[in-house]
Amino acid sequence: MYTIEMRNVTKIFPGIIANDNITLQLERGEIHALLGENGAGKSTLMSVLFGLYKPETGEIYKNGELVTITGPNDANTLGIGMVHQHFKLVHNFTVLENIVLGVESTKNGILQMQDARARVKALSEKYAFDIDIDAEIRHISVGMQQRVEILKMLYRNNEILIFDEPTAVLTPQEIEALMNTMRNMAAEGKSILFITHKLDEIKQVADRCSVLRKGKMIGTVKVSETSKEELSEMMVGRKVALSLDKNEAKKGAAILQVKNLQKSSGDGKPLKNISFDVFAGEILCIAGIEGNGQTDLVYALTGLSEVDSGQILMEGTELSKMKIRKRTEMGISHIPEDRHRHGLVLDYSLAYNTILQTYYTKEFQHRSFLRKDAIMAYARRLIDRFDIRSGQGEETPARSMSGGNQQKTILAREIDRNPKLLIAVQPTRGLDVGAIEYIHKQLLEQRDAGRAVLLVSLELEEVMNVSDRILVMYEGEIVADVDPKKVTFNELGLYMSGAKKDKVVA
Amino acid sequence: MNRSSMLSFLSSVLVIVAGLAIGFIILLISNANQAIPAFTTILTFGITSMRNLGDVLLFATPIILTGLSVAFAFKTGLFNIGASGQFTIGAFVAVFISLEFTFLPPPIRIISAILAAATAGALWGAIPGLLKAYRNVHEVISCIMTNYIAMLFVNYMIITFIFDPGNATSRRLPADSNLPTMGLDYIFRDALRPSFVNVGIILAILTAVLIYIILEKTTFGYELKACGFNKDAAKYAGINENRNIITSMMICGALAGIGGALNFMNGTGLAMGIVDVLASEGFMGISVAFLGLNHPIGVIFSGILVAYLYIGGARMQVFGFSIEIIEIVISIIIYFCAFVFLVKTFVGKGLVKITKKTTQKEEIVE
Repeated sequence: MYTIEMRNVTKIFPGIIANDNITLQLERGEIHALLGENGAGKSTLMSVLFGLYKPETGEIYKNGELVTITGPNDANTLGIGMVHQHFKLVHNFTVLENIVLGVESTKNGILQMQDARARVKALSEKYAFDIDIDAEIRHISVGMQQRVEILKMLYRNNEILIFDEPTAVLTPQEIEALMNTMRNMAAEGKSILFITHKLDEIKQVADRCSVLRKGKMIGTVKVSETSKEELSEMMVGRKVALSLDKNEAKKGAAILQVKNLQKSSGDGKPLKNISFDVFAGEILCIAGIEGNGQTDLVYALTGLSEVDSGQILMEGTELSKMKIRKRTEMGISHIPEDRHRHGLVLDYSLAYNTILQTYYTKEFQHRSFLRKDAIMAYARRLIDRFDIRSGQGEETPARSMSGGNQQKTILAREIDRNPKLLIAVQPTRGLDVGAIEYIHKQLLEQRDAGRAVLLVSLELEEVMNVSDRILVMYEGEIVADVDPKKVTFNELGLYMSGAKKDKVVA
Repeated sequence: MNRSSMLSFLSSVLVIVAGLAIGFIILLISNANQAIPAFTTILTFGITSMRNLGDVLLFATPIILTGLSVAFAFKTGLFNIGASGQFTIGAFVAVFISLEFTFLPPPIRIISAILAAATAGALWGAIPGLLKAYRNVHEVISCIMTNYIAMLFVNYMIITFIFDPGNATSRRLPADSNLPTMGLDYIFRDALRPSFVNVGIILAILTAVLIYIILEKTTFGYELKACGFNKDAAKYAGINENRNIITSMMICGALAGIGGALNFMNGTGLAMGIVDVLASEGFMGISVAFLGLNHPIGVIFSGILVAYLYIGGARMQVFGFSIEIIEIVISIIIYFCAFVFLVKTFVGKGLVKITKKTTQKEEIVE
């Protein structure tokens, strides 16, 4: 008998079968990983479990009994809880208030927090969460916020706990602590469904793993009897190189020199006296937890925002006051963090998106009239060279392309301009393993062609695999300049959480 | 016709039919006996004679231009609610030149009046543009204010410089200041007299084509639309957004300003009144633009359609319907235009169901 069994679930969306006859069995007290690429159908399956989607066929059984779930409330009554990838917390409420929100006990309309306080305290101590339950959410770290989400489920006596990509926002130390918590909860008989695409974490913590691919259940395996390579092959459908083949970097002259960059406030984190160089023929990676000033640094380098003081030198030429177009013409390419916000005009065709920074050049215009033939031919060339797939070729609206192909379009455009410096910000975010592999290869190719590559990444795996040198940013400062071959995951984590700091002098 | 333009066409037709139906119901409520002939009138009057058709085109001329003004702004991501003020400023400048610059030979005077109206409209349109670009003032707010300023300022200017105390309006334009008819009066006439339709409608259509070319074929249009679709991506690409906002608003102003000139130089003997309501042509431009789905060529047709309704509507008075009821019926039909995008999504969903099987294959390939 299974705690939860989803039997023969099929969910069809117009034009696509998101879940094709899927059966998922969750045992009591196990940690069950759900592995799959983006678009494999993981979220759809979970939405079915939560009653957000009504499947075309299929049933859900709890402890062997057929149940109907028509909405999150039903799910909650059945003891199913979920930690979403993006937390659902009220920022100006305290930890305690967030936990009881929705299940408050009242007396004559007045909140009764005493019992709740005691219970939350006890739960928090039991799992060694070390959390201040009277702190406001906005004042506590992301890792702590996740614990609040977990406490919410425990407070509601949920027996089936779903974690949706829970490690994406955590440092290695926090990940370790989370894994321990998950093990403890499983030991108590709770069942955990762990959605992820990180194979290491599955190997560390999961008992069994179910793999989805293109809406189909590929199989459920015992993790202890399956290798990472086998898991990734199940997920992707072909053999994937998990580590990159890369030769030694041939470091050349300094292409970009950043000196004492300062930015007091503005939209994000202040930048504190940032100095570093990027050399030709190397991939320099800026690591750090999201929101520690990486975005502002990139904006400063590319001209999307201004800085208070400091210099940005490109082969000796001062850039910091230059307009964006000038910087682009100087040889900076930029794969932006948010491809929908900055990288693409979604209502333009693929072809029009490939000329976003070059539409005014002789190649694409004649006396202010766009040379449509030249633009289309150019787009076709990029489509061939970078294997961009889309429904209607160069005429495809960017909006209707898949995320991976949108990213390839941006990559193609930025690389084809033959930049001296390529700034790539989280270029693989939200992409599947195949696309990630492709993009990493392209970055390496750029490096080997003697270009300077500045990679900003939140994924430690990517940082360690791809880069030749790592800078760690914490609270708007560069706190480490390390060699990926000599540093451990653990050490990086300490830098990223601010527990360790080097004097970094460029 | 590709799928998306078929959608646009279908949804526009649906919207018009629904609007007509409700308009008819209102006529029934108002006076059931006369509702059918009145309704037939609004539907057919515009084509009962060539003269009436000419009047439709005459009426369409200024609203095609204000419609283009709104549509052009929309393509750049701006909402130009200031077409009314730009129209008024342009009209005044054209009337002033027609009245005062009599030392110029008529053809040159007419051309300079139109060009000056365009320039004045452009400068007036630049005000909300500049405020938006450099002070981040929302263009809707500043457009509303410049509309009133334009109206009151023009009132003052008329009284000061070109007032006709007998009629309490501006003086009437001399006959040699009217736009040439270019033989259109021989085509569009009935047994009694020709329509006043003139070269203005041809100018309006040519302007629409020009705007289409600017938007679709030039680097300038590429920049403007990029700003309109995605401001951040345009900035990322190094496109100067502020400059585009200002130029775009100036072009909008010029278009509405030309509309003002053509409206008063049409030979009907129209004089500029001392008014306390904003020029309605500017607001009709909004419905015209939306009904034309903000496409310059679509605006030609929607402008003619709206004019057709107005000409037919005006005629309904012979059946004893008060002008207020008529305005309500016309407004309802035009109001339905606002639903055009909503309906477009509905129709879109319907079409998806119909064409499901074909698209299914495509999407799976992707």
